[in-house]
Amino acid sequence: MTALSALIRRDIRIALRVGGGALIGVLFFLTVVVLMPFAVGPDLALLSRLGPAILWLGALLASLLTLDRLFMADHEDGSLDLITMSRTPLELACAAKALAHWLAAGLPLIVATPVLGLLLNLDMVATSAVALTLLAGTPALTFTGMIGAALAVTLHRGGLLMAVLVLPLSIPVLIFGVAASQAAITGPLSFGAPFSILCALSLVSLVIGPFAAAASLKHGLD
Amino acid sequence: MSLIDLANPTRFLALSARVLPWLAAATVILLTIGLYQSATAPDDYQQGATVKIMFIHVPNAWLSMFVWGVMSVASLGTLVWRHPLADVAAKAAAPIGASFTFLALLTGSLWGRPMWGTYWEWDARLTSVLILFLMYLGLMALWRAVEDPSRAARAAAVLTLVGAINLPIIKFSVDWWNTLHQPASVMRIGGSTLDKSFLIPLLVMAIAFTLLFVTLHLAAMRNEILRRRVRALQMMQASRVAFSSEVSTGSRQENASKGAA
Repeated sequence: MTALSALIRRDIRIALRVGGGALIGVLFFLTVVVLMPFAVGPDLALLSRLGPAILWLGALLASLLTLDRLFMADHEDGSLDLITMSRTPLELACAAKALAHWLAAGLPLIVATPVLGLLLNLDMVATSAVALTLLAGTPALTFTGMIGAALAVTLHRGGLLMAVLVLPLSIPVLIFGVAASQAAITGPLSFGAPFSILCALSLVSLVIGPFAAAASLKHGLD
Repeated sequence: MSLIDLANPTRFLALSARVLPWLAAATVILLTIGLYQSATAPDDYQQGATVKIMFIHVPNAWLSMFVWGVMSVASLGTLVWRHPLADVAAKAAAPIGASFTFLALLTGSLWGRPMWGTYWEWDARLTSVLILFLMYLGLMALWRAVEDPSRAARAAAVLTLVGAINLPIIKFSVDWWNTLHQPASVMRIGGSTLDKSFLIPLLVMAIAFTLLFVTLHLAAMRNEILRRRVRALQMMQASRVAFSSEVSTGSRQENASKGAA
């Protein structure tokens, strides 16, 4: 347990310090949201209708962008080999690393959501709905994305391939995230059903992600 | 003759060489029968002659899922049983599955134009099959990204199994997503409500396509085994050239030219 908490603390510290790149994700998120009005025009009514979808897409791309740092930096300086050889099960170590990544790179996206909601003309209810769905859904993005990051760690130029592999896996999360926020904002339909499924997706990926990532790391790092 | 006997690539090559002509012949015969039956099947009272696209479209769609299932079993063979031919089977199946998926999308699109007035509709079925196609392409990209075949195999096996878990999720989620947004304007004929004049050609075609897959898959596996042998021979030759040039203080170019020849 101390080993895992040490790993989490170390990863968060590295992510938040210079060159860590956790906050670059938020900057990217902001940039994507700012680009949207240029693409669809400054029509506030339209923007508020598209708002949840834009925020979800931005958060998805931002979390994808920061994912390649999950194992890559550790692989380059050799600490990934140490983690693999240590007595801590690799699955738990992967889960700890993903949790640290989510705390450092995922949570800032959710904190930034209300501010970005203002740019998209979203009211209080809509913004909090999107933030809540992101809070429930981004763990799934991180933990499924971890599989792609583990597959790509042994490849040269793995970043682009990782995006191709991970994006199809994130589609269900995107569907239910946007569906739940839409239901909370306009929908005659209940918020509960898609939101529960979103939480379920996060829980499932919490279980599957570490095992798949550990398997590909074990096989990939001969 | 069990699965483990086939672990020896040489035995597999010998056996598949004997089986392949028969499989190919059976495929051609069944495809001929199926296509003839499809062509002579009556027109649908609503869809007219366009219903005949179904006889090509449905087997393709069915096989696009089936091939992923085959790859998943092969991936288990790679990761769990370390069967030497499992990764060959998985690698050979991916482009074939991608082709079936692409053909399913294409024929569906051509069928959709006269029926729904559009080539593409963001409907549950179409979207989930499109995602399946993307996953096939990603898998093929992964196979090509790693130089060492056995390491590529393990990475691809993990992704195949993850994708297999995700497929039903995608299917159901898109169904719900559609009921949330707008119901699809699709008329889907359930298998049981299909008239015999349609059902029999469809089943014949489905079996014919399955045989087609098995034939192509065996042939592709043979190619893959031979490709790996060529690769191993090239590696041996390269290392021999390097070794001999290290040992002999003689001409390195001579060896290199020998290697090239």
